[in-house]
Amino acid sequence: MQAVGRADYDGPPDYRTVGRHALLPNTTHDQAERYNFLAHLNRHLAAEVLPGVTAAYQSAIEPAFRQQHGRAPADRHEVRRALEGHSLYRLWSALRRNTMEMRQQSGLSVVLGQLRELIDRSAELADRQRLQLDPKLKPPRYLTAVDHHCMPGSYYTERLKQDVSAAANYDSGLFVTTGGLLGRLADGGGRGMVAFLKKLRPDFAPRRILDLGCGLGHNVLPIAAAYPDAEVTAVDVAAPMLRYGAARAASLGVNNVTFVQADAANLSAFEDGCFDWVGSIMFLHETSYPALKRIMAESRRLVAPGGLVTHVEQPRYDAAMPLLEQALRDWDAFNNNEPFWTKLHEIDLDQLMVAAGFDRNRLIHEGVHAIADEEGFGDAAADEVEDYGRKPAWRITGAEVPA
Amino acid sequence: MSEDREQPPLDVVRLAGAKARGKRPYFLEDADAERVLSIAMAIAGELAVLRQRLDTIEELLETRGSLTREEIEAFVPSPAHAEERGRWHQEYLARILRILQQEAEAEERGDEPTSAEAGARMLGE
Repeated sequence: MQAVGRADYDGPPDYRTVGRHALLPNTTHDQAERYNFLAHLNRHLAAEVLPGVTAAYQSAIEPAFRQQHGRAPADRHEVRRALEGHSLYRLWSALRRNTMEMRQQSGLSVVLGQLRELIDRSAELADRQRLQLDPKLKPPRYLTAVDHHCMPGSYYTERLKQDVSAAANYDSGLFVTTGGLLGRLADGGGRGMVAFLKKLRPDFAPRRILDLGCGLGHNVLPIAAAYPDAEVTAVDVAAPMLRYGAARAASLGVNNVTFVQADAANLSAFEDGCFDWVGSIMFLHETSYPALKRIMAESRRLVAPGGLVTHVEQPRYDAAMPLLEQALRDWDAFNNNEPFWTKLHEIDLDQLMVAAGFDRNRLIHEGVHAIADEEGFGDAAADEVEDYGRKPAWRITGAEVPA
Repeated sequence: MSEDREQPPLDVVRLAGAKARGKRPYFLEDADAERVLSIAMAIAGELAVLRQRLDTIEELLETRGSLTREEIEAFVPSPAHAEERGRWHQEYLARILRILQQEAEAEERGDEPTSAEAGARMLGE
């Protein structure tokens, strides 16, 4: 095969280099290549096509808006509507939406063909003490209106008894969207949080840690591994994610995490002040405004004296962020079934935290980026390609609690 | 184990292509054109898969002189070879999506004459 290209290769790694564990669905040659194609397509859309859209905004779309209205766009929604009038933006959007749909089809076809084996493996591997399901818990309304990020069946649908398909699909195909920037085990967010906390509190020895909206536990495992003496509780509403997560953790040799099916907005099963660290990583945007307020209140109630709370999300749309960037970051809210995304990034989380009882003088604001673990996987901090809202470079909003 | 639980059969092909809940947005002025674009991109993906499979077969034949289907399924490119395949993907996508690059360049250049306009001007020169 003749290679044509640029001096430095900055594309995604080959899919076959993702980290293996006992639950990861097997892929045939062609299934792996479908993921490779889609990872490259996503990268192409971000690195090659999107710069043309932003250039067109500066040179044509924004000037045309000024001419028509006699003023600049006032907010990100006006920018979005102006963008929608331009063919390049529409083509980029059509391709981006379609790529997400292709990724879902590819992932589900990988997973559903071997689902019975995956269910059996998860049942064999998961430590039953480490998996606490609540069959009576209904998925909250914020999850059931639309299927988040175009994932058919969302996180919670059970296609078979003891289902793990939602998690297996998520895990298997995540590579396509992140192009390897989250590391071999897609745990770069958790690794980033460990680095942050080791710097903030070098001597921190938490006895109990709570991870809210853990999904299949990508990010909580490096945290649990970094604090092996801590007892870690990871909660999520979706049983398929938790079953898979518990088995995956066992397969990776992490044995201090208990996966609990519970709603982060109502954790009445846990006593006040029983966790030294309460955190969430890229979870809040999947919820709703009323749920968010309750999650903040539960975080405050559950954190122990001397402990801390951290919530990781993409940066807020504040006055310093250009309106074009806000509009592009908002794309997933309108076009990729992330209904709460736009409101969440508008909200002043500081105010919500203070309203929930945190001390304004002890709030934490810090940037954090994914730390990949292996040569050949991208360096999120050094990567110059901006894939608005999807680049693994986040903001921590948190608070320390007086001892 | 699964049989004991009397799990129903799954129609994998239909379920894999299922629609996500929520009304789908369309972006192009003609939604039918977007549906056709979606089909074209799916075919582009399948062609890329086939091209990489051919490269795998060539690699196996060149290095081993023979091959089995199992070897194709188990194939993992070396780091250098994976990079070469990655570069092929980049060039392939640039070729498939050429019109987007050219539209962006046209936008950057602003008003350009058509050939007919240029020709008309030449009559006056």
